[in-house]
Amino acid sequence: MNQVVPSSPSKRGIQELASTEAHEEFVTMFIEGQMFGIPVLMVQDVLGPQKITRIPLSPPEVAGSLNLRGRIVTAIDVRLRLRLAHKSDVENKGMSVVVDMRGELYSLRVDQVGEVLSLPAAKFERNPPTLDPLWREFSNGIYRLDGKLLVVLDVPRLLDFTRSEAI
Amino acid sequence: VSELVLTRNQLLQMVRGKDDSEFATPLQRLSHITTDLQEGVMKTRMQPIGNAWAKLPRIVRDLSVEMNKKIDLQMIGAETELDRQVLELIKDPLTHMVRNSADHGLESTDDRRKAGKPEVGKIVLNAYHEGGHIIIEIADDGKGLGIDRIRAKALANNLASESEIEQLTDQQVAQFIFRAGFSTAEKVTSVSGRGVGMDVVRTNIEKIGGTIDLQTHDGKGTTFTIKIPLTLAIVSALIVECAGERFAIPQISVLELVRTTANSEHGIEVINDAPVLRLRERLLPLVSLRTLLRLGGDDDRRTETFIVVTQVGNYTFGIIVDRVFDTEEIVVKPVAPILRHINMFSGNTILGDGSVIMILDPNGIAGSTGELAGSSQATTETATMRETHAEDQQSLLVFRAGGRDLKGVPLALVARLEEIDVVDIEHSRGKPVVQYRGKLMPLVTIDGAFQMKTEGLQPVLVFADRDHSMGLAVDEIVDIVEEQLKIELASDRPGLIGTAVVSGKATDIIDAGFYLVQAWGDWFGSPDQEFQGGKDGKKLLLVDDSPFFRNLLTPLLAVAGYDVTSVDSADKALSLREAGSDFDAIISDIEMPGMNGFDFAVAIRSEGRWSSIPLVALSSHATERDFERGREVGFTDYVAKFDRDALLQTLAQTLSTKGAA
Repeated sequence: MNQVVPSSPSKRGIQELASTEAHEEFVTMFIEGQMFGIPVLMVQDVLGPQKITRIPLSPPEVAGSLNLRGRIVTAIDVRLRLRLAHKSDVENKGMSVVVDMRGELYSLRVDQVGEVLSLPAAKFERNPPTLDPLWREFSNGIYRLDGKLLVVLDVPRLLDFTRSEAI
Repeated sequence: VSELVLTRNQLLQMVRGKDDSEFATPLQRLSHITTDLQEGVMKTRMQPIGNAWAKLPRIVRDLSVEMNKKIDLQMIGAETELDRQVLELIKDPLTHMVRNSADHGLESTDDRRKAGKPEVGKIVLNAYHEGGHIIIEIADDGKGLGIDRIRAKALANNLASESEIEQLTDQQVAQFIFRAGFSTAEKVTSVSGRGVGMDVVRTNIEKIGGTIDLQTHDGKGTTFTIKIPLTLAIVSALIVECAGERFAIPQISVLELVRTTANSEHGIEVINDAPVLRLRERLLPLVSLRTLLRLGGDDDRRTETFIVVTQVGNYTFGIIVDRVFDTEEIVVKPVAPILRHINMFSGNTILGDGSVIMILDPNGIAGSTGELAGSSQATTETATMRETHAEDQQSLLVFRAGGRDLKGVPLALVARLEEIDVVDIEHSRGKPVVQYRGKLMPLVTIDGAFQMKTEGLQPVLVFADRDHSMGLAVDEIVDIVEEQLKIELASDRPGLIGTAVVSGKATDIIDAGFYLVQAWGDWFGSPDQEFQGGKDGKKLLLVDDSPFFRNLLTPLLAVAGYDVTSVDSADKALSLREAGSDFDAIISDIEMPGMNGFDFAVAIRSEGRWSSIPLVALSSHATERDFERGREVGFTDYVAKFDRDALLQTLAQTLSTKGAA
């Protein structure tokens, strides 16, 4: 189940990405049927169900922490982070994408992880202004795909819990 | 080595499950060797802190020549050992802070002479172990930090607005020196600018999981307290379970484990929702991990629970958990930044079975129970003072009112015990009153929830003060006991002084003064108006180290029409004199820590504006010899503690004779 993706700490800004004509690769994932994407270079690991230790008193979006080859990884429930309904039957069955943020590992829990897509910059668009402000906060933009749209997640913002308290 | 130990633990965990595995014996050997190796490595890693101090005398000597100051550097606890890695990291901050103290903390020899201090300035370094941490104190007896200058500077640097600064306490203001780029030094010397670099010091100390705190007193000096973990490597931790979750508690702060079952002699008792445990004739405050961490689940009657008796500094408390597993060696890893604000955890780690576990921080837990451990020495000092000085034998009336809990009140405060027929209870202005000895006596209840009896006889404790009396309705009078009254748990609930062990039972000691004021305040209007007319609001100073007596006497005297100021030590009283306060009479305890009542009297009589103020001594053992001695040193009169009438009489007498003369 563990599919190791070449890891690199480099975080490329989306502006830079949009300006280059080259294709950008995204790891796709699904929550509630909606497709999301994270730049492939940010991703460390893709995990199947894991044993997660609950952390009392933590924000509700923090699902707990888990052991990834001797490193402690904080698990974030993206579903709750995006204010989607908590779905209990998906619990512990969902897959996770592990990302590296300033040396700390975080695992983003989603319903399902899809394939890696290479997307041309021409298909990129800014967030429509009608998008929910919360989602706008966490999204870098949208890719128009055949039949569906891919929301590019802004991982640093997604993991910045100090800002979100104010929202 | 730490990883080796962890792997060993993992192996042990795996083998433990299967009984006679062929791996058992070799693994046992491997385990022994690993332990030996670990101990060896740890021992070589430990070094006395004196190694980091070795250069300090030289630095201070150079400084004293350069600055033309006389400095005495004292180093205490140089043999205290700590991890080499930690030692390296704190060496430079320590040196920096000692230079700071020498350069800016201590005044020049001239200034010291002017301030009436010894010419030789003192810098004291003190290192000692405390509950898994090393405490290093750097104290100087110099001029203090100059809070006003810090305030002004913080304002100038836009660190806080004017109104914010107004609200900050001196201690909070002092914290500004840890901000980056903060210096109040008026002139830059070649040595240091006090403040410059303190942010670096703090960053360095926090990097290794330590904390730094400071206390400063204007004109008396500054004390920095650094608290750092003993080692960065491996700690042994007790694994406990609560609501299905496992947690680790550092073994070093665990004193003992107590198992309680529903019918064992160690039962958990509850005082107003606060659980306590009677442990060897002491009351141990308890915190439930389940409630604390909001784990939810059933907190109801479990057949057995465990209590982890934990010590933080001088504060001992119990943590209620569901189960206790064994101890394990763990490597403390910091928690993710998004979880740092939860101060219940000091870190997390991976156990032998591969699962992640949170490490509880006893300091954080103690902090959440309201007892700020370690941060202020004053707290622990008052706590010990309370323990040692409130031990006088006294008679206590034990009764029940509003619930099964026992309540107590010093018998000396109670005038009579009465049983009043409920048909005699009348109501006036919605409050219950009763005709008692030809007067109306208000009845009060212990709290709003208390229900008076509807028929038969209602037991009442009568508290009287001259013409006025007040009845406290109770359920049942239980006993009168002679006890050393020792308030174990102070209370902040009005009407309650605290909780004590009385004849082996947890008993709430009620604050009679509170009820007196309650009854009279409602009944006769403001007590001040009523009584002050005759007394002109004479000003009294009450000096007593025991908060119990202060709480007891202050409302009492206030109700009698005096304007009472109370302080907890003779030193504070003398500083009031310096501050220019004036009083009509002083009541002082005899047995006090620091300056005792006799010395206090001598100090007052010898000089200053207070030399002719009437001085009344208050003591729990009033023998003839004490009387003699008291008169010799200048006490006007001598009253036994708890003799309220005598005290009030004496006061009235002394004040009137003074007025006549």
